Amino acid sequence: MTTPEQAPADRAGTADAIPGRIRAREAARPGTWIAAVIVALIAAALINFLITNPVFEWGIVAQYILDVKIIQGVGWTLLLTFTSMLLGTVVALIAAVMRRSDNPVLRLVSWVYIFVFRGTPVYTQLVFWGLFTVIVPKIAVGVPFGPELFSFSTRDYFTGFLAAVLGLGLNEGAYLAEIVRAGLGSVNRGQTEASKALGMSNSLILRRIIVPQAMRVIIPPLGNETIGMLKTTSLVLAVPFTLDLTFASNSISTMLFKPIPLLIVAALWYLAVTSVLMVGQFYLERYFGRGFDDRAPSRSRQKNINRAKTTPKDPLPQVEL
Amino acid sequence: MTENPNTPAASEPQQRPLVELRGVHKEFGSLPVLKGCDLTVREGEVTVLIGPSGSGKSTLLRCVNQLEIPTAGAVYVDGVLQGYREQPLADGRLQRLKPKEIDAQRSRIGMVFQRFDLFPHRTALQNVMEAPVHVKGMPKAQAQAQARDLLARVGLAERADHYPSELSGGQQQRVAIARALAMEPEVMLFDEPTSALDPELVAEVLQVLKDLAQQGLTMIVVTHEIGFAREVADSLVFMDDGQIVEQGPARQLIDAPRSERLKDFIQSVL
Repeated sequence: MTTPEQAPADRAGTADAIPGRIRAREAARPGTWIAAVIVALIAAALINFLITNPVFEWGIVAQYILDVKIIQGVGWTLLLTFTSMLLGTVVALIAAVMRRSDNPVLRLVSWVYIFVFRGTPVYTQLVFWGLFTVIVPKIAVGVPFGPELFSFSTRDYFTGFLAAVLGLGLNEGAYLAEIVRAGLGSVNRGQTEASKALGMSNSLILRRIIVPQAMRVIIPPLGNETIGMLKTTSLVLAVPFTLDLTFASNSISTMLFKPIPLLIVAALWYLAVTSVLMVGQFYLERYFGRGFDDRAPSRSRQKNINRAKTTPKDPLPQVEL
Repeated sequence: MTENPNTPAASEPQQRPLVELRGVHKEFGSLPVLKGCDLTVREGEVTVLIGPSGSGKSTLLRCVNQLEIPTAGAVYVDGVLQGYREQPLADGRLQRLKPKEIDAQRSRIGMVFQRFDLFPHRTALQNVMEAPVHVKGMPKAQAQAQARDLLARVGLAERADHYPSELSGGQQQRVAIARALAMEPEVMLFDEPTSALDPELVAEVLQVLKDLAQQGLTMIVVTHEIGFAREVADSLVFMDDGQIVEQGPARQLIDAPRSERLKDFIQSVL
């Protein structure tokens, strides 16, 4: 007999529970080794190329990778990414819920928003928001077509950062709205009926039942979009907003006439931030996947039941009728 | 025996009518599903609806808690017209209730579904707590204590912290029953509660239904379990082709069906 202290491998090896456990040698699979050798050769050639090619100027990369302007650029890029994604997600949720509404006016508004903001280039939209103070110099609040209550000049409040966030966030919102809509649609209809039967209101059902389950479907593409946004922020010079990572590295490279090492600096930073975002996505997916564990539903359900040990010695007595 | 809910039959030995359907018709598009159904369920009574699939049993049940809106006819629960103001408008039309008022009417009627429809992202305990906390505004501690009691009643005290995906079908259905009971409904609707279960899991769910019936809960059950109907139901309603063909005391009707159609049906499911 095995003891609990033994490692699982040992337990499998003793095989005393099942007589005649099959012991077999695996069939040869040379493909893995051949592929490994080819890839190793290519990787070695690539590393050699990166080290020996003088244009990369790794010294300059090392010198500027922690430059104050670059680090500040990373900070601004992160701030732009998070605020625009936050705005985009909120707008997308509202737009997606409006698309599903019984109210035809709300459905139309949502449709038009998605049509316009998804149908025009984000670059164009950023230029537009940059020119907002020219197009709308003054915002007045008052009775429509009647007296004015107060007004302010947009120039005093409408900073480049605000324009960049509005441009990126509203564009993103139109894309995310479709992702959110698909997510909301993925939740089983029975969930709504069961909630209704309990007397829950539509808004409560949406908030407590539908959205939390939809998040499981929404999070992977949302993570994708966030990584996309990280790189789209490099377009904010169209506003113009000139503090982000791409602008910072470009301005240094123009100053030094050394574009290649500074491109590498920017690329390394984008990669680093993406890695951190991927970790965040992993934990979000795990949180919203609770109760859903695996991919293959039928097999994993039995696995869940077995693991939870919920069926043996069930306290309710069996009855015959 | 009076059928009018406004003058409860206090002097009669029978209980007052709790659910009343009067001339209920339902069409899906142009397809008629219910063709004028009248049904009275008295307080504390267990009514079982049987009939071939597509006969309109589920639709009739869903009309009670307004998951389906009848095309014609009226549904009364505890003497209150469901979905509309009792008093018609000056032009004869009915005034539909506000969503909030309909939600309030629904919250007094429990329902259990064929596919359980538990909230998969919440544990058994959280499933049972959800409506009391968020619909009734019950304090969390109180709702939790109540939920633990209810789970114990359906034999699942030890499964409170498991997610639905970790429970067998029979256990999930018992959690669903506890979830509906948590709103302290006046009447419970069961829509084929054992049809999605493996045969060996049917008994545990029927046992819970039997216990509830013995405790005097008013229940309307759509099922194919003739044995259960014969043993537990007070009255049996046989539906076919959108109509109530026969209704009466369950045991009597099952043992000696009057109509050929019921006789054939019982033969086919036994």
